[in-house]
Amino acid sequence: MNEGRRSFLKTAALGALGVAASHALPATAEGAKATGGRRWAMLIDTRRCLEKKGCAKCAEACHVVHNVPALSNPRHEVKWIWREGFREAFPDQEAEYFDETLTTSKVLVFCNHCDRPPCVRVCPTQATWRRRDGLVMMDWHRCIGCRYCVAACPYGSRSFNWVDPRPHIAEITPTYPTRTRGVVEKCTFCDERLPEGRLPACVEACEAKALMFGDLADPASEVREVLRTRFAVRRRPGLGTHPAIFYLV
Amino acid sequence: MLEKALIGNRTYWGWLAFLAGIIAVGAFFYVRQFSVGLGITGLSRDVTWGFYIAQFTFLVGVAASAVMVVLPYYLHNYKAFGKMTILGEFLAIAAVIMCMLFIFVDMGQPTRVLNVILHPTPKSLMFWDMISLSGYLVLNVLISHVTLDAERKGIAPPKWIQPIIILSIPWAISIHTVTAFLYSGLAARPFWMTAVLAPRFLASAFAAGPALLILMTLLIRRLTRFDPGKEPLERLAVIVTYAMTINVFLILMELFTGLYSAIPEHVAHFQFLYLGLAGNTALVPWMWTSVALAVVALVLLLNPRTRVKEPTMIMACVAVFVSIWIDKGLGMVVTGFVPSPLGHVTPYWPTFPEVAISVGIYAIGALVITVFYHIALSVRGEIAH
Amino acid sequence: MYDGSKILAGIAVFLAVVLLPVWHNVWVASAPRPEVKIAPGAEQCVDTAAVMRATHMNVLDRWRDAVVRDGIRTTTTPTGMTVPMSLTKTCMKCHYNKKEFCDACHNYLAVSPTCWQCHVEPQPEPKESSS
Repeated sequence: MNEGRRSFLKTAALGALGVAASHALPATAEGAKATGGRRWAMLIDTRRCLEKKGCAKCAEACHVVHNVPALSNPRHEVKWIWREGFREAFPDQEAEYFDETLTTSKVLVFCNHCDRPPCVRVCPTQATWRRRDGLVMMDWHRCIGCRYCVAACPYGSRSFNWVDPRPHIAEITPTYPTRTRGVVEKCTFCDERLPEGRLPACVEACEAKALMFGDLADPASEVREVLRTRFAVRRRPGLGTHPAIFYLV
Repeated sequence: MLEKALIGNRTYWGWLAFLAGIIAVGAFFYVRQFSVGLGITGLSRDVTWGFYIAQFTFLVGVAASAVMVVLPYYLHNYKAFGKMTILGEFLAIAAVIMCMLFIFVDMGQPTRVLNVILHPTPKSLMFWDMISLSGYLVLNVLISHVTLDAERKGIAPPKWIQPIIILSIPWAISIHTVTAFLYSGLAARPFWMTAVLAPRFLASAFAAGPALLILMTLLIRRLTRFDPGKEPLERLAVIVTYAMTINVFLILMELFTGLYSAIPEHVAHFQFLYLGLAGNTALVPWMWTSVALAVVALVLLLNPRTRVKEPTMIMACVAVFVSIWIDKGLGMVVTGFVPSPLGHVTPYWPTFPEVAISVGIYAIGALVITVFYHIALSVRGEIAH
Repeated sequence: MYDGSKILAGIAVFLAVVLLPVWHNVWVASAPRPEVKIAPGAEQCVDTAAVMRATHMNVLDRWRDAVVRDGIRTTTTPTGMTVPMSLTKTCMKCHYNKKEFCDACHNYLAVSPTCWQCHVEPQPEPKESSS
């Protein structure tokens, strides 16, 4: 081809590469700190959690700090973190002859912040998206309440605001917004606490020290150490979502 | 041509007034839903899509079925459908308008729907659904206006409308395929994640839509001087027969794969539909009614004598339409959520406000169809005043 | 035109009815321009008053997208301040009385931003932000 066309193609290719690279790089130093090549994950030591029977400190802390409403009608329930039966949380684990202290108990469940989240794939407005450090985020300004993400989530982690949540919040925490009726919400890995160097509210509140939050991309992190030494399961791994919540059984 | 909608007899205006009343009731309940939230419906944390989305799914099929008159006439020069194409296109317009309304009333934040256009997301099937539905509406409005206007002037339609009409044929297929893709790509919902969902949607659409068209044509023949003759109705009935047979066959295929594999998460959904699950049997009588109607319909349709005779043809068309409406408009969507990914069985039934809003939207569709058919038949001088 | 007098009379009636708010404001009484207590005791805003009056909604939109979508939480303003990009943490520190400041103009202009459906109104007393 002639020189004019060749140079145009070269410039166009470089330009496209530049645009792609600029999207990949964080916009400012602040942005780099926000993501910084990390991959946040959580380990749940189910044995330690079971030591405190009936404890719900993590859920209480999360729901208070994030103004999650307490709705009396179970159909309209909004929850970010809760306990679910072992068989329900791990349906592909045939739990027939396993340790009953585990299989008849309830385990903590919440958003898995998957590597390949189906909810993000289906959202028509990118009101939910995956941040580079692994958090599956929510933008409550943009959500149109279509609930496609709820249909797509294989873990039932998402809740929709069927009514105005404000009247159902016992005491509003003023430093965090509430949501409004008509949007979907879920655990956000405390994205407002991470930049302040704080741990997620549930991890801080856990008295049994059963929750471990850390960076999977750092081979020397505590979570990586523990995963090397103890066996962990994830929920419904066969679906290829690569969840970031590991259950130490 | 729109001025023709303003000239009509007492039956016409009485019918429009009746529809307006139903629409007003629906609007009243929608205002309530807009201020209180979708909590006034029967939906829940586990069953997040229900009656509204099910009606949308059913009506996309009806909208797509216009292609069953357009394709034979324009691609294969099947002259007998000449008088019917405009009816099919108007039915498609009314159906698409109803689809868009059902989606709108299902949104939690309807004032933000334009975000789908402001923040285009090609990976999301809902983005493509919006494009295909809007495009189909524009196509059908353009085609019906241009062809009817040409008929009014007594000339042939302009040449440039031909490729647009041809375009509407694959586009019709695409709207229902895209709608099926909304469901059939979700790993979280094994009841929907089947390759056969899109073919099943199309087959049931091409049975229910033409069946409705036959019924409406017979009704119009009663009320006006419009008479397309026996041949188009007989041909349409043949199309309904083939489509219904394929639809039932595909349902049986799904039942086999789900039940023979005995995978619990597949079996559970069929159990919920046909036998009931964890004491939840709300849909069971409906599904067996759908089965019975499908059998009756096929018996009447496959036998050429009963298919051709009008009383039995009417029975067959009603049976096809109701059977498929139950299957798509009641069964299909809710069952994807029962049991939930966590194995919970949460019952769902539409509440009164939910049904009132839905009936209001159906009334809007009926209004659109009535006005457009009235215009078309006035143009053809077939309205008896 | 046919029935010309009737048509023109109808148009006149229509204009009279539809422009009623204008006639009311001009001839009967107009809503008093609000006297806004901008920020008692505060020294500097994140930008000049003229810019803020014209574009504060755009500023807040930009801040919202930067914080929520890009994870960038602080900014250096044209007036040289480094502040968190937050309505409740930054703006409301000085403009602490929503009723007297925000609502005064918004009500006058019949504007109802939906921010407060979710964001929590801080208390009217001037106090240090609790976070």
